Amino acid sequence: MTLTASESPAPPRPVPPPARRGSARRAWQTFSPYAYLAPFFTLFAAFGLFPLIYTAFVSLYRVELQTPGEMEWRGLGNYTALFGDEYFWTSLRNTFTIGVLSTVPQLVMALGLAHLLNYRMRGRTFLRTAVLLPYATSVAAATLVFAQLFGRDFGLVNYALGLVGIDPVDWQNGTVASQIAVSTVVIWRWTGYNALIYLAGMQSIPHELYEAAAMDGASRWRQFFHVTLPGLRPTIVFTVIVSTIGATQLFGEPLLLEGSISGGISHQYQTLGLYMYEQGWGFFHLGRAAAIAWVMLLLIVVIVGANALIARRRSRKEAGR
Amino acid sequence: MPIARAAITTTRRAAVRLGAVALTGALLAACGGTSDDTSADGAGGEVTLTVDLFGSFGYKEAGLYAEYEKLHPGVTIKQTDTEDEADYWKSLQTRLAGGAGLADVQGIEVGRIASVAQQQSERFEDLRKYGADGLKDQFAPAKWAAATGKGGEILGLGTDVGPEAMCYRTDLFKAAGLPTDREELARKWATWDGYLALGKQYKAKAPGKSAWLDSVGSLYSIMIGQEKERYYDASGKLIWEDNPALRTAWDHSVQAAQDGLSAKLDQWSPQWNQAFAAGSFATIPCPAWMLGYIKGQAGEAGKGKWDVAALPGGAGNWGGSYLAVPKAAKHKKEAYELVKWLTAPEQQARLFEKQGNFPSATGAIAKVADAKDPFFSDAPIGRIFGEAAKAAPVQVLGVHDQNIAQQITNALSEVERKGTSPEKAWSNAKKGVANTIG
Repeated sequence: MTLTASESPAPPRPVPPPARRGSARRAWQTFSPYAYLAPFFTLFAAFGLFPLIYTAFVSLYRVELQTPGEMEWRGLGNYTALFGDEYFWTSLRNTFTIGVLSTVPQLVMALGLAHLLNYRMRGRTFLRTAVLLPYATSVAAATLVFAQLFGRDFGLVNYALGLVGIDPVDWQNGTVASQIAVSTVVIWRWTGYNALIYLAGMQSIPHELYEAAAMDGASRWRQFFHVTLPGLRPTIVFTVIVSTIGATQLFGEPLLLEGSISGGISHQYQTLGLYMYEQGWGFFHLGRAAAIAWVMLLLIVVIVGANALIARRRSRKEAGR
Repeated sequence: MPIARAAITTTRRAAVRLGAVALTGALLAACGGTSDDTSADGAGGEVTLTVDLFGSFGYKEAGLYAEYEKLHPGVTIKQTDTEDEADYWKSLQTRLAGGAGLADVQGIEVGRIASVAQQQSERFEDLRKYGADGLKDQFAPAKWAAATGKGGEILGLGTDVGPEAMCYRTDLFKAAGLPTDREELARKWATWDGYLALGKQYKAKAPGKSAWLDSVGSLYSIMIGQEKERYYDASGKLIWEDNPALRTAWDHSVQAAQDGLSAKLDQWSPQWNQAFAAGSFATIPCPAWMLGYIKGQAGEAGKGKWDVAALPGGAGNWGGSYLAVPKAAKHKKEAYELVKWLTAPEQQARLFEKQGNFPSATGAIAKVADAKDPFFSDAPIGRIFGEAAKAAPVQVLGVHDQNIAQQITNALSEVERKGTSPEKAWSNAKKGVANTIG
């Protein structure tokens, strides 16, 4: 960075204007960036910062939605209670398993899809746009349709399974089955989006590398592993981080699968986001819900931090090679 | 889903009318200048009243809104409806806390009325302001008392009560070789054990894949409705864990689940809705308000295939509702007038004849004694539900009734659908209730 900066020529200076008008202009030049940024910071303060701080404040009290005037100081009680809360751990575990079940296949499939879309073929632009369509669908619409498909008695999925002689699966009540159902909706919605990001990354890999590899007798498969994948590493790190954050906050899909705020009769697919909602808007324990929100925030910060650390260590190792 | 569709068309029609109202208002203002004040909202003016309900109150289907609009020119009624009461209550609580987005008239389920009367009396209009004290003699005393706040505020007027009976499919009964006569059945299932025994007989020769019962959750709900004390005692203490009556209802529901008598459906879910028309179950415990729901879901094709018999194990009550006016409503006076009219004995009686919601106004009960319903094979629903309403116990209501019931039915569903052991399910229910209330 510093190297390129010193090499580039200095920007041309404007002709100095007359002195009196100049001071006003200079003042405008100094302060106008703040004026331009003000709308963003106002909105951020009102809808980002304030809720964040207020949530932290609420999380230290016992507050019920029916009686918001009666706040009872609990200190860190809401947080310590979470550690002994079986449902909290269940939802944390579910968030993790659903996260893995949805993120891993999603990214692997996106990679393969991107690789295919990178070939020269007829209607390439159409196909590239088409894979983005699920992303443009609303969560609610997609989940409700999938809920019908995964119906136990009259669902299309069980009908298809029946054709090949498999007994109907209870996609709502089975722990693994219900988590697969939720993950399917996530995978369906996000695979195309990630494929396009990978595609953009692939197109920035110099073509000469492939030619050189081909000259050395590398097959398509080996080219993919030894040229494409290393070239995509920063892109992959990015998608992993974004998908992880998305998985940690997963909410709409599990809520709408059955419309159950408990994530099923045994909390079998209740995620952290859904548990927060159940506490806050199902049972009206606002203090407890606020504490869960903060734990989620800390969790995401830790995960992203760990991710960044691993990525940095890897790239340093690479540089040292 | 006729209910949802009905809600949409009401809204759309109301929107069109609203547009017309706005246009008329603008024209009047343009012609009359500033001197014309009578076209403003208020007495004699154009008013759009919003009514927000859950489940199926049936006012629109019974044509009561249309009649009220005819009787009160200038009044337009716009109804919104949420199928599941639990969802409705969540959204109502959020809007009450924010003090905005509330309808002029809000429905309140009897399982929530204690929360309104004991915790939220300052969020609803005290209807004494509009002279509701004079209506006291119209209603059953217990119905009236439950909606009265600590300081004597009248927070809502009763709509219906939920006397319980058993609805069944005569065609499925016949196919399984069971008697279809309602009197004979009432004798055979005089007790709950008799009902479950008949269920086993049905299961042995069940047509298709049909089950005896829709869900064990509904079996539990109807049985607990036969008890006076359920979750709280009269002093407001939580007693449900040690309540022997609750345990009896639990045990019977577990028995039904383990005998495989249930279609394992979740009440109010889309799959449950589909099952009415598909004939997935032969019996469904039905409080009076369920009749309208069955008609809506089973459709014209179900007419004459259904029947109603007296409930096993005696009379009970499940549900029933109130209409209340929130403090944040826009047209409180007009809203009260509408509530008063809808809950008056004449309208309650008509609603029962058309939709099946059993009246809570004492004057209406006598009026409907001879009512029969062709959809339910001309069953004497006036007599069956009237007797049940008379004999049903006056229930002790508590703030968290609905939440506790939800946790218990969840746990029962675990036994029903996942084969969880009853002991494990019971401890899950206890944990769930602690988590809900704590």
